Amino acid sequence: MAQVAAEAPVPKRQQIRPFNVVARFAPVLFLVVLMIGFSILEPRFLTPLNLFNVLRQVSIYGLLAIGMTFVILTAGIDLSIGSILALAGLVAAVVAKGGLDNRFSVGDGSAATGFGWEVAALAAIGVGVAAGFVQGLAITRFKVPPFVVTLGGMSAFRGAALLFSGGGPVSGFDEAFVWWGQGKLGPVPVPVLIFVLFAIIAHITLSYTRYGRQIYAVGGNPEAARLAGLNVQKIILSVYVITGFFAGLGAFVLAARLNSAEAVAGTGFELTVIASVVIGGTSLFGGTGTIFGTVIGTVLIGVLLNGLVLLDVSAYVQQIIIGMIIVLAVAFDTFVKSRRRIL
Amino acid sequence: MRQPLLQMNGITKSFGGISALRAVDLRVGAGEVHALLGENGAGKSTLLKILSGAQSPDAGEINLLGAKATFNSPQDAQRSGIATIYQELTLVPGMSIAENIFLGREPGRASFVDWGRLVDEAQGLMSKVGLEKNPRILARDLSVAEQQLVEIARALSMRSKLIIMDEPTAALSNAEVDRLFDIVSGFRDEGLSVIFVTHRLEEVMRVCDRFTILRDGAFVCEGDVADTSIDAIIRHMVGREITAMQRRPAPAATERVVLRVENLSRRRGAEGLNAMALHDVCFEVRRGEILGIAGLVGSGRTETARAVFGADPFDSGNIFIDGVSLRPTSPQDAIRRGIGLVPEDRKQQALFLSQSIRANLTVAAQDRVSRLGVFIDSGAEDTLISEYRKLLRIRMLGPEQIVSDLSGGNQQKIVLARWLALGPKVLIVDEPTRGIDVGAKAEVHNLLFQMASTGIAIVVISSELPEVLAISDRIITMREGRVTGEVQADDANPEMLMALMTVDAVAA
Repeated sequence: MAQVAAEAPVPKRQQIRPFNVVARFAPVLFLVVLMIGFSILEPRFLTPLNLFNVLRQVSIYGLLAIGMTFVILTAGIDLSIGSILALAGLVAAVVAKGGLDNRFSVGDGSAATGFGWEVAALAAIGVGVAAGFVQGLAITRFKVPPFVVTLGGMSAFRGAALLFSGGGPVSGFDEAFVWWGQGKLGPVPVPVLIFVLFAIIAHITLSYTRYGRQIYAVGGNPEAARLAGLNVQKIILSVYVITGFFAGLGAFVLAARLNSAEAVAGTGFELTVIASVVIGGTSLFGGTGTIFGTVIGTVLIGVLLNGLVLLDVSAYVQQIIIGMIIVLAVAFDTFVKSRRRIL
Repeated sequence: MRQPLLQMNGITKSFGGISALRAVDLRVGAGEVHALLGENGAGKSTLLKILSGAQSPDAGEINLLGAKATFNSPQDAQRSGIATIYQELTLVPGMSIAENIFLGREPGRASFVDWGRLVDEAQGLMSKVGLEKNPRILARDLSVAEQQLVEIARALSMRSKLIIMDEPTAALSNAEVDRLFDIVSGFRDEGLSVIFVTHRLEEVMRVCDRFTILRDGAFVCEGDVADTSIDAIIRHMVGREITAMQRRPAPAATERVVLRVENLSRRRGAEGLNAMALHDVCFEVRRGEILGIAGLVGSGRTETARAVFGADPFDSGNIFIDGVSLRPTSPQDAIRRGIGLVPEDRKQQALFLSQSIRANLTVAAQDRVSRLGVFIDSGAEDTLISEYRKLLRIRMLGPEQIVSDLSGGNQQKIVLARWLALGPKVLIVDEPTRGIDVGAKAEVHNLLFQMASTGIAIVVISSELPEVLAISDRIITMREGRVTGEVQADDANPEMLMALMTVDAVAA
């Protein structure tokens, strides 16, 4: 048998082909082309100030997109992040203001009665994690599809936020709180640093830990993962906790940036965030995708929107363009997969 | 050869510069059952895709009844009388048998379906293929074999002259295979031709008239089945001499029982959808022994394996590993106690097809390749992979290669390696060589021998009697959820096993 093994040819199928290379780096190429295009059309685009602006704008979407990547890798979806963000942001704001009674007192930056930003941030994240955990339980214990659970969550958490706030915004925090959204370290806005930091942590988690491998396994083939001894339900539950965590963190940063929280915050975020993840090459069917892709996808959407604004394209047209790009990204992904299958 | 129905000449096809077919010929006579043979990757699928209109050739021509034919789509081929029944059946689960047969061609006037005629005509076709069911039953309520009959009925409804069947027997029990072959023989009498793809060469000898063999994308030979032998076919397929199936050399089984199963029982339909009932299943496996479980599809052999492994629940009974009781509620429980399971459907149940060899191989043995219990130690992982690559002779480019690019045999080796890396006490292998070509089959068998000789207790479940006979030390037979017999492999022969698998044990 040894001879048979030695004689048999090594499979010839995997070779470096230009098509595959292009397909793999398509989001990066698209981003580069877009940036070159905008910088030719509009000189204001390629300035450090504008670019940091873009990054600051996308960093909250980016945080949410990191969490969403975990969920989509397991072939799930989380539509509730925008609503969780609103509720978590309000809770953080109320904590910072020192209670419900003070919530409408427009602060002058010295709201001495409230808790510090640390407590507010923990409260926001706590709300997010709890919301994610409840949804994860519904998905894993009661076998309700993620789409349905988080669609319900999208409505329920928004309602909770409206109920909690009584409708109005909660604004005016102390300087230390606001620094997390508006501050800078050197030339770099703080939200951008938070985004980059968590992107790195998420990348390490997905690529270099057992937990990361397990997420890919569960997304790639849940039955095979179960028969390989993985606790599939626990892993699925965990990714909704992760999206909840990032919704809470995003809520804190957004409240800090706007120096205000309100119940309608984050409306429609799920669309932009899912778009970023998908454009970054993560498959909605689970099992393939990277944080790097998600970061590129997030920046790409940010650059696109910023460029369109600079070119005076109306906000309505922007929405149409974003919608088309989502569909095209998935169409491209499907095309690449079908090519690969034939080859 | 009778009057030629189909002639494919010099068919050539390449994908992105890699040639898949080089000047391949295929000739099929009218009323002929023609076997298309070759190892996986020999080019059979590509040739059939061209014939069924799913792909077009770069060069070469197709002649149908003496006239040149060009198929630009599967519809073209169907209109010309070529129907294809794929291995993965393509019925719409939520539609009735009758609707599936006439899908897209429902009888009626204008846009309205004539339900009476639909059901009547379906009934006629169903009786032709021996499917005795109400045509209004939904496809999802049929067994795989019955669904296949519906597909054949659909092919007949299109007045096909040539029916292509891609591994039609892979998921069938022996009785179902017999029924299928009766139908195919009936086609021959009516002048209908069949192209038959299979890995089971005994079936070729049984039902086919002529054969064509491909190897590495090239035509090797064609001939009459009556003038050849299985050994000769295998020689042409692999291009080298190997014996049909190697017997296990000098079994080294000891007396120490590793796995004992006592009175394992489960009611029908408990928890699972269609899971077979199990009645007082008892068996034991010793260290270094290979126990074969022979049984038809639906005899409860896979269900037994899954229950022992904790993949499905059971109602009563006891499982002991090294004399200590095990009551698994999940595969994790069983794995922790040293049991591994190579499931019957590699692609659906074992592999992460779109992912790397690395991710697939170490998924169960992460403890062995992790640092601080959290991080993956890719160095340790590389060492592990290259160790098993050598040990199992896995033909691969590197740890990052995507598993779906490997041949079936090498995929199966990845799954075996996954369990070996855990150092199991018991390895249950369900259909070890399904969909694997002949050369790789012998290799997988040898690997099982090697594993047994290192002291692993191995349970092999197989639909192929020659395989069970060749690789087992001891064989138990199952039928309808019961163990019906136990024999030493040396004392067994196919006839007696088949009798134990098919005849009511209580009456016998």
